[in-house]
Amino acid sequence: MRLSMDLELQDIPGQLLLAMQPLSDNKANIISVVHHRDRKTPRGMIPVRFVVEMDRSKIETVQARLKESGISVVRAGEDRFIEAVSVVLVGHVLDSDLGDTINRIDTTGFAEVMDLSLTMPGVNEPTSAYLKIRATGKAEIQKALTILRSVGKEKKLLVIEPIETEAV
Amino acid sequence: MRDVKVSLVGYGIVGHGVVDVLNRKKKMLRDMGLNLLLISVTDHTGTVVSKDGVDADKILGERTLANVATSSMKGKEAISAIDSDLMIEVTPTNIVHGQPGLGHMEAALSSGKHVVTSNKGPLVVSYASLKKLAEDNGVMLKFEATVGGTMPLISLVERTLVGNTILGIRGIFNGTCNYILTRMTEEGIPYTHALSEAQDLGIAEADPSYDVEGVDTAGKVVILANSLFDMNVKYSDVDVTGITGVTPEALALAKKRGYAIKLIGDVPALTVRPTLVPLDSPICVAGTLNSAAIYTDLSGTITVSGLGAGSIETASAILTDIVSIYRTKRIDTIF
Repeated sequence: MRLSMDLELQDIPGQLLLAMQPLSDNKANIISVVHHRDRKTPRGMIPVRFVVEMDRSKIETVQARLKESGISVVRAGEDRFIEAVSVVLVGHVLDSDLGDTINRIDTTGFAEVMDLSLTMPGVNEPTSAYLKIRATGKAEIQKALTILRSVGKEKKLLVIEPIETEAV
Repeated sequence: MRDVKVSLVGYGIVGHGVVDVLNRKKKMLRDMGLNLLLISVTDHTGTVVSKDGVDADKILGERTLANVATSSMKGKEAISAIDSDLMIEVTPTNIVHGQPGLGHMEAALSSGKHVVTSNKGPLVVSYASLKKLAEDNGVMLKFEATVGGTMPLISLVERTLVGNTILGIRGIFNGTCNYILTRMTEEGIPYTHALSEAQDLGIAEADPSYDVEGVDTAGKVVILANSLFDMNVKYSDVDVTGITGVTPEALALAKKRGYAIKLIGDVPALTVRPTLVPLDSPICVAGTLNSAAIYTDLSGTITVSGLGAGSIETASAILTDIVSIYRTKRIDTIF
């Protein structure tokens, strides 16, 4: 499984190595390490985010070893949804059963609506909604957008998708 | 010195700009070795003809040629009767049947005249047959001004980026829509309010549907698809959604998350629709500006932006096309 972990390291030599040892010992494959020297915490600690592939059963061992070494684990969790996309909907978003619209994404198993904001200027005026959808990969994001597009057509909603940043 | 006899067909806002620019740049062009002589100007009321060159100062003050015409010839009749090397076609555009521009271009090309135009209609309706007519007659058809106004796009791809494979082009191709969306975002005003403001400023037409329903952008998508992607598509092949459904609330929600909503035309996807564009993206330009991102295999993504409309700006793109006709040498003719 893929796991992301936010650690806080002291600003002294050797800390990064100390943090990596338990990962290495437990056969975690490091996908990325981001070292935020520019975002020191008020206590002068340096936040570091690890993304690793590792066996689920070893997580607790790793966390315990890190604590023993004096490294604080701020957060550790499974990164199932690694891609996200923003979408804006305009129209009768509520009257056309918003719950159902969200459900169509959430029931896919590979994508879910994680953020939703609504603005309703008046009873007979169109509602605008911002949705953030996350999914397990880039292809799944596209599948979720396809679903949303067809829901939009069916419910007469204007679906405003983000521009593709790469040529497809 | 290369002498080139030019005739202008269409004397609206762009036509006036063309007369002005050709007059202003006369000396600069002569220094380059090009003597452009505007020997006729034609509109729906008649034609001004002068072998020694039409006097720009005399006609620029006139809204139409009604008071200054030296001949009653119009349209195709004038095109066949006047012996010019190149025709500039700037009559009003019609995206459904392409007329009267289509007939003008066919007449000019088949009588061996180069054609330079800002008129989208004929190219949207029958690009392939116009292109073939130009080739059969050994002349050129140039239309930089039809897409993005003065913003270099077609010549940039055809000349500067030659050798690259163009994977796609996405951009803002309509200044009216961009102005309306920009004002809605800045002031939180509804669409109808921003539209009337644009109409007061002369940025939007009295009947704005051509711009705001995405028709104009779709026409440009068709021209880019046919000319740069060798596609053979029609207006009806484009999936078009305009900006009339966009609310100030949607713009505000998007902005809060770091996005603007822009009307984006996409080639080769053949779509025109309101789209979320990151605020820090180089194509996210404001006001009446146009922009385009060109995705290439060798050069990565190239972005251009510039004024999409305007009398002098459009005339500038037309001038560039004219000069390029006489500067272009085919590879197999260089020795």
